[in-house]
Amino acid sequence: MARNAKPINNAAGIAAATFVVAAVLLAFVGIGLRVETFSGLGPAEWQAIRFTILQSLLSAFLSCVLAIPVARALARRRFWGRAFLITLLGAPFILPVIVAMLGLLAVFGRSGALNDILAMLGISKISIYGLQGVVLAHVFFNLPLAIRLLVHGWQGVPAERFRLSAQLGFGRGMMFRLIELPLLMRILPGAFALIFVICLTSFAVALTLGGGPRATTVELAIYQAFRFDFNLGRAALLSLVQLFVAGGAAVLAFWLVPSISFGGGMDRMQRRWDGQVRGARVLDGAFIFIAASFLTLPLLAILTSGLRGMLEVPLIVWSSAWTSLWVALISVLVLLGTALPMAGWIATSRNGSVEVIGLLGLSVSPLMIGTGWFILIYPIANPTDWALPVTIAVNALMALPFALRILVPSIRETIQTYGRLSSALGISGFAMWRCVLWPRSRPRIGFAAGLTAALSIGDLGVIALFGDPDRSTLPLQMYRLMGSYRTDAAAGAALILLVLAFGLFWIMDYWGRRNAIA
Amino acid sequence: MLSLNKIQVTQGTFELKAHFDVDAEQNVAVVGPSGAGKSTLVGAICGFIDLSAGLVMLHGHDITQAQPDARDMAMLFQDNNLFPHLTIAQNVGLGIRPALRLTGDEVGQVNDALARVGLTDFGTRKPSELSGGQQSRAALARALVQSKSWMILDEPFAALGPALRAEMLDLVAEVAAETKAGVMMVTHAPEDARRISDSVIFVADGVAHGPQATTGLLDNPPPALKAYLG
Repeated sequence: MARNAKPINNAAGIAAATFVVAAVLLAFVGIGLRVETFSGLGPAEWQAIRFTILQSLLSAFLSCVLAIPVARALARRRFWGRAFLITLLGAPFILPVIVAMLGLLAVFGRSGALNDILAMLGISKISIYGLQGVVLAHVFFNLPLAIRLLVHGWQGVPAERFRLSAQLGFGRGMMFRLIELPLLMRILPGAFALIFVICLTSFAVALTLGGGPRATTVELAIYQAFRFDFNLGRAALLSLVQLFVAGGAAVLAFWLVPSISFGGGMDRMQRRWDGQVRGARVLDGAFIFIAASFLTLPLLAILTSGLRGMLEVPLIVWSSAWTSLWVALISVLVLLGTALPMAGWIATSRNGSVEVIGLLGLSVSPLMIGTGWFILIYPIANPTDWALPVTIAVNALMALPFALRILVPSIRETIQTYGRLSSALGISGFAMWRCVLWPRSRPRIGFAAGLTAALSIGDLGVIALFGDPDRSTLPLQMYRLMGSYRTDAAAGAALILLVLAFGLFWIMDYWGRRNAIA
Repeated sequence: MLSLNKIQVTQGTFELKAHFDVDAEQNVAVVGPSGAGKSTLVGAICGFIDLSAGLVMLHGHDITQAQPDARDMAMLFQDNNLFPHLTIAQNVGLGIRPALRLTGDEVGQVNDALARVGLTDFGTRKPSELSGGQQSRAALARALVQSKSWMILDEPFAALGPALRAEMLDLVAEVAAETKAGVMMVTHAPEDARRISDSVIFVADGVAHGPQATTGLLDNPPPALKAYLG
């Protein structure tokens, strides 16, 4: 083909990437304007850095270690409800953090179910606040992710290898050395890196369960510098710290992070011959039961307390639910408008390095971007007027790395398979998108849109910086209710938020898969 | 007339050279051992593979740098000739215009073409609902509405059984005759060459030799071709 012939024009992709880079650079400019480097890092900042890294390491380590027995059990056992449980493992990823917090508090909190049981047994109460609480919440979110990555790996082992092991009569040790160990070595480093990076920028968890000098993440410290002291200089300094900590880790993790597969195929079972002795079966059953309880009990708590609290829900919750809904929908549009052209550019580019731009969203944190923009907006306009547009943009930016990971492979494959046919028929540019790429990638587009909608509607991040009582989203409203101890109303709001997040995800994902031709 | 003027394709250490003309409305087969460069040759002619030297001329115009769709050629690949997410009618319609909605006239054209290849009433179906032979017919219907002066086929019926393949070859010849198109077809089977082509381009050892009359060449093959035919 004539040397520069390409099925799609890269101009739109380059423009979208420029837009993303510009948005991030603008935040840097804002931070640079106010950062007080002369004051240096005080003991409080160092404490926040230490806590951030410590809790991330612990969360990633525990998630990975606990995932091993559960994933192995799920990969080799057939039982009633297995497919449902595996689907449920995807839920925490789109579950709004603040909603999960309420569920975890109901189970592990001061007056939660666990402490009631402990009290009956005469054991002193455990506290969910501080380091252990933050780590517990992070494990709740990321253990399922690690399990899914591992189950996927186990299912990728060719059936012949299990047949061969059975044929040769491998014992447990040989199974582990020849099949399981290589698998764990391949998947766990990436899973660990991914979870570590996700936890580094954790905000809503630390906001609810952390706080205080001993349990403050850098992200939370930015918020506190803002909200409590309105010290923009300190917030800017902390943003710079966050950039080095999270950004540096994200760049390192990029080489380790596995390709994220959210798709189906996980309920496919392989016939297995190993682990049939009684002890192994009991142990596997126990692991599955404990993991399933850990996952489902908080969700059940949200459902029951939410239904009870429904009547207590004040009107303002409904109006912020409406705000959240359209914020999420516009976020999806902004995301698709950026991610699709960028994915097209990345998929047709021979130079793999453009993919890195998409990861920018992983290496910057919402509050860092928010701080930078706030500093720029503050002198010229009232930042609260910009609360919702900024939230929309940041939500789209944060979803971008995931969306690209989902879209690029599909677009690349479509171009590989149908690129020649399309160019032979003169289908290019917009027609290429409309006739070929969009319909071929529709399941992936629906999935990416659903993910963005759910993440966006449940996000409690920059809105906490910018929001005021008139302009708040449902997660922020819910946080306020929790803060003023209106627990029943908060539970009702949590249920509404849960239904909205899962509902939006389901609708968009279903739209994508409907009538999809393999 | 299609002219290959001292063309050369280089892919790593592999090189393919060709220098010959093919008359318009001719049916030619391209034969040769696996890996000799048959697909590379037609890929270069259709504009999917860059030339390292030489010119491709059609009707006296230099088309070396032209886009694949601007070359007055319709191409049928080995597989993936149809978009699986579009209906058969939409797939055929793409040959008229790269859009999914057609005017009334154009819809008529599509239906005529489908009828011509024996697929009346199949327009609303998806490719997966058709057999392999029917899918080939649909791709041929598109070539029919494209109405280009050359049809280039890269082993398009390799997956079909012998009887069905013969039937499809006859249909190709008929369609080509109706649209006054030349046919250039890569094939592994000498009997396919005999069935459809007036002349044969033999590709071996990095060279595509100019077309020679099919019967004469296959009956008295030179040593390299004899080794290939076995």
